[in-house]
Amino acid sequence: MINSLLWTPLAFGIVGLFLPKRAAGWWAVLGTVATLGIAIAMVVGFDSGNSGLQYVEDTAWIAGLGVDYSLGLDGLNLFLVLLTAVLWTGGVAFAAFRDYERPKTFFFLMLVAETATLGSFLAQDLLLFVLFFDFMLVPFYFLFGAWGHDRTAEGGPTAAGATLKMIVYTLIGSLLMLVAAIATAIIAADGGHVTFSIQALQEQGIGLGSQRWIFWFFAAAFLVKMPAFLLHGWMPDAYRAAPLPALAVFSGVLAKVGAYGFLRVVLPLFPDATVEFQEAILVIALASILYGSVMAFTQTNVRLIAGYSSVAQLGFITAGIFALRADGADGAILQMVNHGLVVAPIFVIVALLVERTGTEDIREMGGMALRAPVLAALFLIVALATLAMPGSANFVGEFYILNGLFQEKIVFAFIAISGVAMSAYYALRLYQGTMHNRGPEGLLSREIGFRDALVLAPLVLCILALSLYPQLILKRTNPTVERTVAGLTEHEAPNSQLAEK
Amino acid sequence: MNFHEPTIDYAGISPLIALTVGLCVILLSAVFKPFRRTAPALTLLTLGATAGLLIWQWNDPKSLITGALRLDDLAISISLIAILTAAFCVLLSIRERATEEAGSGEYHALLLGSVLGMTLLAQSTNLVTFFVALETLSIPLYILCATNLRREGSLESGLKYLIVGSIGSATLLYGMAFLYGGTGSTNFAGIADGIARNGLDGEPLILIGIAMAAVGLAFKTSIAPFHQWTPDVYQGAPTPITSFMAVATKAAAFAVFLRFFDVALGSQLDTWQPALAALAAISIVVGNVGALGQDSLKRLLGYSGVAQAGYMLGGVVVASEQGTSSLVFYLAAYAFMNLAAFAVIVARERETVFGDDIRAVRGLAAERPALAWPLTISMLALAGLPATAGFIGKLYLIEALVEGDYTWLAVFIAIGTMISLAYYLRVVAAMWMRPERETLRSGTPAIAGASPEADPVDPEAGRRWYLVGPAVLAAAATVFFGVIPQPLVDFASHAGASLFG
Repeated sequence: MINSLLWTPLAFGIVGLFLPKRAAGWWAVLGTVATLGIAIAMVVGFDSGNSGLQYVEDTAWIAGLGVDYSLGLDGLNLFLVLLTAVLWTGGVAFAAFRDYERPKTFFFLMLVAETATLGSFLAQDLLLFVLFFDFMLVPFYFLFGAWGHDRTAEGGPTAAGATLKMIVYTLIGSLLMLVAAIATAIIAADGGHVTFSIQALQEQGIGLGSQRWIFWFFAAAFLVKMPAFLLHGWMPDAYRAAPLPALAVFSGVLAKVGAYGFLRVVLPLFPDATVEFQEAILVIALASILYGSVMAFTQTNVRLIAGYSSVAQLGFITAGIFALRADGADGAILQMVNHGLVVAPIFVIVALLVERTGTEDIREMGGMALRAPVLAALFLIVALATLAMPGSANFVGEFYILNGLFQEKIVFAFIAISGVAMSAYYALRLYQGTMHNRGPEGLLSREIGFRDALVLAPLVLCILALSLYPQLILKRTNPTVERTVAGLTEHEAPNSQLAEK
Repeated sequence: MNFHEPTIDYAGISPLIALTVGLCVILLSAVFKPFRRTAPALTLLTLGATAGLLIWQWNDPKSLITGALRLDDLAISISLIAILTAAFCVLLSIRERATEEAGSGEYHALLLGSVLGMTLLAQSTNLVTFFVALETLSIPLYILCATNLRREGSLESGLKYLIVGSIGSATLLYGMAFLYGGTGSTNFAGIADGIARNGLDGEPLILIGIAMAAVGLAFKTSIAPFHQWTPDVYQGAPTPITSFMAVATKAAAFAVFLRFFDVALGSQLDTWQPALAALAAISIVVGNVGALGQDSLKRLLGYSGVAQAGYMLGGVVVASEQGTSSLVFYLAAYAFMNLAAFAVIVARERETVFGDDIRAVRGLAAERPALAWPLTISMLALAGLPATAGFIGKLYLIEALVEGDYTWLAVFIAIGTMISLAYYLRVVAAMWMRPERETLRSGTPAIAGASPEADPVDPEAGRRWYLVGPAVLAAAATVFFGVIPQPLVDFASHAGASLFG
C-alpha cells in the first residue's frame, strides 16, 4: 500500500506523456485523486496508539553501499503525507482548468514532484531521504524556469535566473547533507557493516565531536529549504517567477520538508548536538519570525506578502521543534499542516486576483468583495486562520508551540509571541488591501467561477474541519513525538497531554 | 639441447588478437573499392567480438606474457567501457565530414588502434607495456584529432595534442627511468618489492620517479594543473573523436593510475596520498570554475571533464577496494552521461549553423524533444542530481572517501558540484527556458567569415537513428543505473576485488 502511495503519481505522470494533449490535465487530476484516496485509506487504517512505524516496507536497494529502500509511516509524517496529497490534488486541478504550454510535460513534472515529495516524507533510510530531498528540486526547477514569469520589466531576473539561484542555494545545503549523511553512517558503523537505516543509526549513535559538524550540515540543508532568515535569499525571486499552481504546492509542502527533517533526522540521530545548539537554532527561528513579519508588512507584491509570511510561520514551527518538548513538537506538526492548508489557498486566491486585476501589486487592488462575496468569504476564513484566530486549528498549534517554548525558554517565548500579533497585521492587510478599500478605476470584479470554487472550497473546508477537531492530528502524532523527544530530555518527566482546548 | 617453447595463453590474449586482426582487415578493405563502405560495420563487428572475448574471461584473473600483462576484472571492465565508447563513436561518425575526408577505412582503423592501446593499458603491470600501451593509445588519437582536414581548428587540435601529449609521455618515460634505476625492476610487483626492501628514506631517485610518473599520468587524464590542452583539443577535434577521447582515454589512464599507485606504490601511501589528494582538489576547483561562462559546449564538457577527473582521482587516493570499485562505477556512469551529451552535440552541429555553441541547443525542448531529454538527463547526471547514475557514482565515491579518512576531499566534491550546477543548468535552461522565436537555421553563423563547416550539413540530423539512438540509449542507461544501480555496482565491485581482494 505504501508503495502504491509513493509511485501512483509517477505512474500516472508517465502514462500521461502518451495521452493526447487535451487529456493531460484531467489524467493528472485523476492521478492525484487516486493518490489522495490511498493516503486517506492509510490514515483511516493508522493505529493511533502505536508510536512506531507502520506500513513498513524494507528491502535492500544498493546492497554494496548499505542503502535500503525503506519506507514507513508514523506520527511524524502521517499528516504531512496527507497534506501533500490534498494540496497536490488542489494545485493540479487548478492548473487543469487553465491552459499551459506543453501541458503534457507540465503535468508530468507536477506528478514527478508529488512522488519526490512523498518519498522524502516516507523514507526511513537516511540516504533515501537525502535522495528524495534533492530530487524534489528537479521538477520544480523545470516548472519554475520553463513555465514561470520573467521579471525583467520590473528590473528583476528572468525565470531561468531566479530558479538557478534557488537551485544553487538549496543544493548547497543538500550536497553538504549528502556528505554528512554518509559520514554519519560510516562513523556509526565504526568499521562494521555500513547501514543507512535511520532506526539502526539511532541505536548505534555517534560521538558528540562528529555530531557537532554533522548537525550543522543537516541544519543548513533544512534551513535553506524553509527558508530561514539569512538563508532566504533565493525566495523572493523564485516566488515571483513561479507559476502559481506549482507555487501553491511548493510553498505549502516543500518548506515543511525542512522542518520535518529536523524531527525525523536531526533530533533522533544527533541528540547531544541538538541540545547544545538549541539556542542557536532558536535565535535563527526568532529572527525568521521577526524578519518575515516585518517584510510581510512592507511588501507590495501579493506573492511576496504570502512568501514572507511563510518565512515567519516556518520560524514559528522551528521554534516549536527546538523547544525540545513534546507539546512544542506536537504543535509544530499541527502547525505544519495548518500552514500548508492556508498558504496553498492563499496562492490560489492570488492567482484568481491576478487574473481579475492583471497586477500583483496590492496598491492597485481592492474592492473585490463588492461583486465577489463568495470569494471574499472564502478568503476571510483563510486569512483568519492565518492569523490564528482563537477557534482555528492554527490557534491550537501556536498555543502548543508557545506552551512548549514558555516552559523551556521563557525569554524566547516572549519574543515569539510578538510574531502572533504581527501575523494578524499582515494577514488582515492582505485581505483588506485586496477585498475591501476602494477599488481602482476599471477594476474587473468577478465572482469566483464554479470550477475554481471546486478547488478552493474543499481546501477551506479542510481548514474548518481541522479547526473543529484538531485532535484528529494531535492524537495520532503525540505517541511518536513523545518517543522522539524522550531521547533528548531523558532527565525530564514526560509531558502530559495538554488540556483540550 | 632442449628448447622450451614458452607457453602462450592464447585465450588470455585473444581480445588483443581480435582487435589487431580487425584493424588489419579494415585497413585492407579500404583499398578495395567495393568494401569501402563496410568499415563502420566491420569496426562494430570487431568491437563486438572483442567484448565477447573479454566477457568470456570475466572473473578468471590471469597473468599474461611473463607478468607484463594482467587480465583481471579491472582490466576487463575498463576495456569494456572503452569498447562501448568506441562503438558509440562509430555510430556518431556516420556521415561525419572528418570520416569522409580522412578516409573511412583509415579513420576506423586508427580508432581500433587506439582501443587496442587502451585494452593493453588497462592490463599492463610492467613499465614497458605501460609505456608502449600508452603510446599505442595516444598516437592514433593525435591523428584522429586532425582528421577534419579542411578545418583549421582540427589541425590545431591535433598538433596541440601531439606536442602536449609528447611532453606528458616524455615526462612519464623519464620518471620510469628513475623508478627502474631506484628499484631495479620494471615490473609493478618488482617495484613494490624494491621499495619495500629499502623504504623511501634517502631515495630521491624513486621519489622523483614517482612524481614524474604522476605528472605524466595527470597529463593523460587531464588533471589540473596539467589540463591546459583539454579545452582546446576537445573543441578542435571532430566531435565523435572528442567523445571517445573524453571517456575512453580517461578510463584507460585511470586503470593504470590505479595499478601503478595502489599496487606498485601501495606500501608508500603516506608519500603520495597527500600529493594526489591536493591534485584532485585543484582539479575540482579549476575545472568547475573554468567551465563557468563557456559558450562552446565542447569546451564546457572539456572543463567539466577536468573537474570530473578530480572527483575520480579521489577513488585512487584512498587506495582501497571501495575506492577502486567506486572509480570504476563512476567511469561507467561517466561514459553514459557524456556519450548522451556528445551525441546531441553532434546532431546539433550538423543541423544548425551554430556548431557546438550553446545557441545550438536553444529551444531544443520544443523543437526536438528526443534530443532535449537526453541532453537534459546528461547534464543533470553530470551535476550529480538523484535518480541518475551520476548521483549514485558520487555517493559511491564519497562513501569511499569518508571511509578512507578523506572527508575533506568529499566536502570538496560537494562544493565543486555546487559550482558545477551553474554551468550544467545553463545548458538545461537554454533548452527549456526562454524559447527563441526566430528559427535557428536562419540565424547568423557562429564563426565570422562563415567557413564552410558553419553551414548545416544535414538539416534532418536530429532525426537520424544513428544519432538519436545513441543519445536516447545512453540517457536511458543513465537513468536506469540511477534507479537500479545494483548490476553496475556488482560490475564495479568485481573490479575493486580483483585489485585488492
